[in-house]
Amino acid sequence: MRELSYREALNEALAQAMEADPDVILIGEDIGVYGGAFGVTAGLLERFGDKRVIDTPVSEAGITGACVGAAISGLRPVGDMQFSDFMTLGMEQLVLQAARMRSMFAGQVCVPLVMRLPGGAGTGAAAQHSGSYENWFVHVPGLKVVMPSCARDAKGLLLAAIDDDNPVVFCEHKLLYNTRGPVPEASFREPLGVSSVLREGRDLTLVATSMMVRLALEAADILAGEGIEVEVIDPRTLRPLDDGPIVDSVIKTGRLLVVHEAVKTGGFGGEVVARVVASDAFDYLDAPPRRLGGRDVPMPQSQVLEAAAIPDTGDIVREARNLALLRE
Amino acid sequence: MQSETLELQSLHYALEHLGAAGLKDSLRRMMLIRRFEEQVDQLFLMGRTRGTLHLSIGQEATNVGALKALRQGDRFFSHHRGHGHALAWTDDPARVLADILGKANGFCGGFGGTMHMADPRSGFLGGNGIVAGGLPLSVGVGLAIQLRGEDAVCLVFFGDGAVNEGAFHEALNMASIWRLPLVFVCENNRYAMSTPVAAAINVEAISTRAVAYGIPGQGVDGNDFCEVYSAVHTAVERARAGAGPTLIEALTYRIKGHSRSDRQAYRSREEVRRWQQPDHDPLSRFAATLVDAGFITEEGLTSLQDETAVRVEAAVAAAEAGAEPDPARLLDHVYA
Repeated sequence: MRELSYREALNEALAQAMEADPDVILIGEDIGVYGGAFGVTAGLLERFGDKRVIDTPVSEAGITGACVGAAISGLRPVGDMQFSDFMTLGMEQLVLQAARMRSMFAGQVCVPLVMRLPGGAGTGAAAQHSGSYENWFVHVPGLKVVMPSCARDAKGLLLAAIDDDNPVVFCEHKLLYNTRGPVPEASFREPLGVSSVLREGRDLTLVATSMMVRLALEAADILAGEGIEVEVIDPRTLRPLDDGPIVDSVIKTGRLLVVHEAVKTGGFGGEVVARVVASDAFDYLDAPPRRLGGRDVPMPQSQVLEAAAIPDTGDIVREARNLALLRE
Repeated sequence: MQSETLELQSLHYALEHLGAAGLKDSLRRMMLIRRFEEQVDQLFLMGRTRGTLHLSIGQEATNVGALKALRQGDRFFSHHRGHGHALAWTDDPARVLADILGKANGFCGGFGGTMHMADPRSGFLGGNGIVAGGLPLSVGVGLAIQLRGEDAVCLVFFGDGAVNEGAFHEALNMASIWRLPLVFVCENNRYAMSTPVAAAINVEAISTRAVAYGIPGQGVDGNDFCEVYSAVHTAVERARAGAGPTLIEALTYRIKGHSRSDRQAYRSREEVRRWQQPDHDPLSRFAATLVDAGFITEEGLTSLQDETAVRVEAAVAAAEAGAEPDPARLLDHVYA
């Protein structure tokens, strides 16, 4: 199969969605001639015109509201937040309007929109341009939260998110944009709410999201050399969470490690651990479930400090090894 | 006097577009809002409502005058003080009250309540509990109308408090640069909860802020039905013609407190009483206009009042008899 970068896969998904449905429009800052802050919308203005690729002033609440208003009017807008951090400026429109509207109005409207959030650290962008906020949105009934970790999923999940009749927060990672992988040429859907078992193993269940999936797979390779077989699971959709494969895996392995880049305190790992502990897998646990996540610090700029603030492959290897070797 | 000329001009304008029957219907709807809200106030005092309430008493001319300027296919957003808008638009007091009471037979079946009524199929895109929350939403509706080439307009109501939110600025700016078919109607009722407009805004009139967006801004007497109607209708037709948005500031007055927990320490009883006088009160003024113009008789007014009272009484009975929502359906509408 031909390979695409994560960026190209997203671009192709947008183009195919727009080609197939005139109701799909893009709204955001610098998404036209500039092609988006990370190049994801490159070429779409030329192809679909400025009525459907709408460059906006710097107005994140306005962009989000425009998406919501367009969505309840029958369009399928895809909003671009430029940086995940800027979603905080549109939070009221996303959380109090988009997410609440359908239930508040007893099902009289649906709000089919996607907000694309390029996030994550690793570029030296410091405290206001490096955030991973996915769990903020996981806490909001009415939203779906999607977080692809590879090019194939980026395309299939984005097409499924655009099809979905609900507001979907689509969390991209800036360090993933240049990563490459096989991507089908067809306009295919990767269903939301389905976890993916990326590697099978009997000794430990390693649940990871976004960029951390790549590091988790590297760690699993290293540990395999030591005779520790790690099962790696990528939930891909954080809300609704398909926890069945995670529970089944822990029943098999007896050990669970969750890794994400977002700050550990109050992070998604807590939800995964809580679900596993409250499930049938509880009786099969051979060790306390563990979490690895970002440190409790606003993201610093220096490469050294930034690296110290988020888990790396070495951290995952150490944590997984300790957990796998821990005796009951 | 210039104001008398303006009054006469707007009466002629309203008569030309609504006809005598339309004017009488408008008066009927204003009476309905007044009677309904007085009744809701009583229900609250008797402990028969839950949560807070924001009453529309005193703002009936703005509520009805603005919405009469829309036609089928047009849309609008209301705000937290939206009973008047809901009644003016739907003319369905039983369902509006059922929403206020959280009953299953309201528009929003117990999920919305006083601040979140909506009847989207008719174009009523909902109230909003967030000050200025509806303004960015209207931008998206305007974009959709424009993209699809529809012959429609979206109107958004907000209060004087909303103009100090960032959302107001973002929405008016976007509406202006894209010439969206929107009409922004600020119901300036003089107080954002307890804060008088003069303490929150350092310009003479909210309507002058339109200059900052390169759009027309117009202040109107929000207690004069015909003046509100004329200004909003003109703005609606302008938007429909593709000439872009307008900001209208309707100067009105909130007779009741902000919500039902308001002791109103920030204003005097004399001030409130002045606004209740027949020369200030929007309902009395419009009734007098129609009587003077010979469109309705004093007897006609009395019978309209009686009919309204009967309708509101029936609405209370129907709403209170409505079923409670079914807790088994709690999660039904969270996702499509």
